[in-house]
Amino acid sequence: MIDGVHRRAQPIGGGSPGPAELPIGRGSPGPAELPITPEPAAVAGLEMHAAIVRETFRLEVKCAVPPGEVLGVLGPNGAGKTTLLRTLAGLGAVTSGRVALDDQVLDDPAAGVFLRPEQRPVGVVFQDYRLFPHLSVLDNVAFAPRSRGAGRRAARKRAEHWLERLELSALAGRRPVELSGGQAQRVALARALAAEPRLLLLDEPLAALDAHSKLDLRTDLRRHLKGFGGPSLLVTHDPIEAMIMTDRVLVIENGKVVQQGAPELVARRPATQYVARLVGLNLYAGSLRASGVVELDGGGVIAANPLDQRDVSTAVAASGRVLVAVRPSAIALHAARPEHLSSRNVWSGSVAGVETLADRVRVQVAGAPPALVDITAAALAELSLTAGTTVWLSAKATEVEVYPHPD
Amino acid sequence: MIALLIRTPWRGLDRLLSDHEALTALRLSIECASAATIISLVLGVPLAWVLARVTVPGMAMLRAVVTLPLVLPPVVGGVALLLAFGRSGLLGRELDGFFGITLPFTVPGVITAETFVAMPFLVVAVEGAIKSGDPGLEEAAATLGASRVTVFRRVTLPLIAPSLLAGSVLCWARALGEFGATITFAGNFPGTTQTMPLAVYNALETDPEAAIALSLVLLLVAAVVLAALRDRWLRA
Repeated sequence: MIDGVHRRAQPIGGGSPGPAELPIGRGSPGPAELPITPEPAAVAGLEMHAAIVRETFRLEVKCAVPPGEVLGVLGPNGAGKTTLLRTLAGLGAVTSGRVALDDQVLDDPAAGVFLRPEQRPVGVVFQDYRLFPHLSVLDNVAFAPRSRGAGRRAARKRAEHWLERLELSALAGRRPVELSGGQAQRVALARALAAEPRLLLLDEPLAALDAHSKLDLRTDLRRHLKGFGGPSLLVTHDPIEAMIMTDRVLVIENGKVVQQGAPELVARRPATQYVARLVGLNLYAGSLRASGVVELDGGGVIAANPLDQRDVSTAVAASGRVLVAVRPSAIALHAARPEHLSSRNVWSGSVAGVETLADRVRVQVAGAPPALVDITAAALAELSLTAGTTVWLSAKATEVEVYPHPD
Repeated sequence: MIALLIRTPWRGLDRLLSDHEALTALRLSIECASAATIISLVLGVPLAWVLARVTVPGMAMLRAVVTLPLVLPPVVGGVALLLAFGRSGLLGRELDGFFGITLPFTVPGVITAETFVAMPFLVVAVEGAIKSGDPGLEEAAATLGASRVTVFRRVTLPLIAPSLLAGSVLCWARALGEFGATITFAGNFPGTTQTMPLAVYNALETDPEAAIALSLVLLLVAAVVLAALRDRWLRA
């Protein structure tokens, strides 16, 4: 726990993170990475170690979020992100396990404890905001104080305070239908905060906004989350949102946590193909040989230089299984085999597709291994690439990231 | 309606309507229809909520029972009520024995018959509104600390208000015009259980002109209610 707080306080830049932070090795019962203890007596923040079963779907989550931390929950559609959020809000119950917030148990079927949504100090900002259409902005924000027993006037006073804090006072008299998407999002946040929750949940808070409002609100929301003080969870499928707004991310796939760690780390060392695609990296699984070369599962070899000795020794000590991540822009394309290159990583393939991105061209190359390669439009013209063209690929060993396989 | 207006004996109208019996019937009708509507609201709104939101086996059965009076001939409803609440009926015997309450052929009997026939109109309207409403708003209210009762009062109810109003009007109008179940279950005693429709029917045999005058009054009441509600709807 202390470790986690300490790490957040430190800016994580180019320096290679120590292996203790790596959320890898959870497949085998890894004791050190997860700060969950069976008896969380005096621990503050959210503690969850539970399984949720809905018909044929099973979601298993073990995580801890200390006060002040924003945990990003990433994952493809149907992975269980929203189920996780609803369960924390009390809109669903866990099937087994335990959810606790500060010293209060929210859900523990074994002990027969389940707090209903209205009994939990948990605020939710829904993806579709869910503002009450029959109430003004002021009364929407005053809803929580009113529900908790405040009189009409006192509740409105509380609401005014929150509207002021979120710079929404000018909208107090409006109805939700008269708000823009960005305004509705902020009113929803104000309404959730006015309940003075100890845990804040945000379900894709920016998903319904246009690109322009997103930009403004991202920094805005980040600031308010910082000011909130309690633990918060932010569900998203937008990697940029996760990188900018969260302190740590938790990746869920098919009901399982596949990766947990600082956003920078997840972006650099993705644990699964889904995360790699999300952050735009080529990812290969393979076995590390004594020569320092990685034999890839799908055929081909890749060498990294220099190898991070700590990581590699960990991997070799285990099964030798490693993951290799290569940025698409770190791979070069050549019309003929590049003879003069010192690079050890040279292989051939055929162009399977070409896609134009904003300022560059992404070429999909089939080969051993297959790769996404980013080149300039000029290079595309020079190489006259079309589907089926044979090309040579090269990647500098210094641009290749090799790290232990999580499984 | 035109035929009714053409045949109205305008000259003798005041005489016909100042008739004590007619006024009593009108007052009884309005009072009983209003009472039936209030009972329908009290019982019907929670029932509609249960039908719309609760998913347990047997819900389809309950819905069928609740909406049966919509399609049941009112006279059959009256017979069923007699069998249930009659002095020797299934429930009537108990009511009579324990509380000394007899429903048939009394004013409460009129209200019972009208409620039986008219409540489904309200239930169906409100159930539809609750079903088409967004349960997400109720969830949001719960996460803001509102108990179930508060959620219903401050979120569900205001959102279904237009349907609730429309359902109440339908219910009231149906109760006002109720004939078959009333005459079967509550009888046709002038002064106690003779409502306007029954009075119209009676008058048609003895004094057709009075029947027309009474019908005109019912038409007027219906028109006034409709106009009043239209105003409300337009303002909202």
